[in-house]
Amino acid sequence: MLTDNCVACHGENGQSLGPAIPNLGGMSQTYLLGAMLAFKYEDSNKLMAAIKSDSDFKDVNPLIRNSTVMTTIAKGYTVSEIKAIANYFSDQKLFTAPQDVNLSLASDGRKLHKKYCASCHKNNGKSSNVDAGVLVGQWKPYFLWTMSDYLDGSREMPRAMEVLVNDMIATSGVESLQQLANYYASATP
Amino acid sequence: MIKNLQRRNFIRLGSASLLIGAASVSLPNIVRGAQKKVVVIGGGAGGAIAAKYIKKSDSSIDVTLIESNKTYHTCFMSNEVIGGGREIGSLNHDYRGLKKRGINIIYGKATAVDVEKNTVVTGMGDKFEYDRLVVSPGISLKTEDIEGYDDTAASVMPHAWKAGVQTGLLRRQLLEMDDGGLVIVAPPANPFRCPPGPYERVCQIAHYLKNHKPKSKILVIDSNDKFSKQALFMQGWEARYKGMIDWVPGTDTGGGVTSVDSAKMIVSTDFDDFNADVANVIPPQQAGEIAQQAGLADKSGWCPVDLGTFESKIHAGIHVIGDASIATGMPKSAYAANSQAKVCAAAIVASLNNTEILEPSYVNTCYSLVAPDYGISIAAVYRLSKDRSEIKSVSGGLTASDASPETLRREVQYAYSWYNNIVADMFT
Repeated sequence: MLTDNCVACHGENGQSLGPAIPNLGGMSQTYLLGAMLAFKYEDSNKLMAAIKSDSDFKDVNPLIRNSTVMTTIAKGYTVSEIKAIANYFSDQKLFTAPQDVNLSLASDGRKLHKKYCASCHKNNGKSSNVDAGVLVGQWKPYFLWTMSDYLDGSREMPRAMEVLVNDMIATSGVESLQQLANYYASATP
Repeated sequence: MIKNLQRRNFIRLGSASLLIGAASVSLPNIVRGAQKKVVVIGGGAGGAIAAKYIKKSDSSIDVTLIESNKTYHTCFMSNEVIGGGREIGSLNHDYRGLKKRGINIIYGKATAVDVEKNTVVTGMGDKFEYDRLVVSPGISLKTEDIEGYDDTAASVMPHAWKAGVQTGLLRRQLLEMDDGGLVIVAPPANPFRCPPGPYERVCQIAHYLKNHKPKSKILVIDSNDKFSKQALFMQGWEARYKGMIDWVPGTDTGGGVTSVDSAKMIVSTDFDDFNADVANVIPPQQAGEIAQQAGLADKSGWCPVDLGTFESKIHAGIHVIGDASIATGMPKSAYAANSQAKVCAAAIVASLNNTEILEPSYVNTCYSLVAPDYGISIAAVYRLSKDRSEIKSVSGGLTASDASPETLRREVQYAYSWYNNIVADMFT
């Protein structure tokens, strides 16, 4: 019943038909919990307190993130409902969204992924004990917006990611983001 | 309570009869284990979802959907067609996906409900029996409330409040209008389908005029004094369409448009007459015709229901969802209808299987397009109040008034995603 209300925006089984609302199907439970808790609490200290108070959240990284409607929506759910929602979508299949891909950019993106991203977003980011998001198959606009939010500080990066992303941009330029977006859009789960 | 006891006794008696080999066709359905039947009237944002989710959670239930149109035009996103940003064909959807799910699709108009015999009759004279009926007819227009607004007037001063021909008509009139013309938009008195709709439409018309007929103006003669997402819309009008839109609240005119003269293109309030080049007159509304015919509506013209199951408070065994229902606390929006349909479907399946009804949960999200790169949204999560008198918002919010241009751009892409996913939810 709870997740029936999510799918009218995020797609059946969390497989969004886009062009921008992200796929949720197959994301790790930890990642989904982190996202919903960050939306629900918004404030860094409240988020930290909520994570510390529940052993189910021990792997969740307390990172602040911005949104449009999700900060409103997440506040409507209790912590146990958020757990049920995260359970449901992490149980669904990964999905490669049908979108146009520039294969030449994707090929460059593949190299960047291996060099900078694969150490955390490993196994296509499918391991459920990590807080990293699933990038494979994700909608390009969503990926690019997320990166832009990370870079302008409206979404908090894990320290390790910050180092890698800054290094990547310094070495390969901002076009590396488009290359990665096209790689993830083209890769199959 | 008495009803439940009787039913339980009935089952017991039935089982005994079966044991002694007396089972016969005269036994009630529940004893024979015959297939349970649900009929859904109306294949829109509510009905299509109710049919699908009942079938999805219990494929043994025989689900029949009765819908007048083979092609369904969504009202949502139809304002973008009027503004020129979308082809009308992109609003078209059909019922092949639901048919594939094993739902019987009947193209026809439900003309009568026999609440005693539990049957629905269509215009073709076909009769459908039900154990539970879902009525999701949307709205009917109270054209009689605006003097002179007959069928001819509707083809000259389109309401475009049911998508399809009317949408195309309003678009065409804007294309044919000379630069410098006056477009009048007349929003109806509350409550009506899609509360932000008239104001999104004003944005879309203004967007078209700004780019093609910049000397033209829009006069909004409102029946009400305030409206949905008002501050955000007005901010958008100021930012993008400065000087083009004049909004007149209901108090200034004694309640908005009361009569029209379509031959002379005159729109009148109690005090003034206005000459329009294009007039979008949206009449007041009530629950769809079949809800009126079946006696499901109260004096207000809308249908009172139990807010946890959407079962009619007037006729047991019949559920009313979407715009037609009095869903106290929720707006008359597509997403609300979608959410109500899921609550209703779960309640019906539970009741047909004698299982416990889960605690309902409701959501509304709604996007409005101010311009091609400027979207705004409203969202809320709801719970049923303890006394079942209200679907109470437990969190709600709008696009921030200081949202960055980037956020407003994203809202547009999220609106398109919302559309693609909600129509897939309905039709696949």
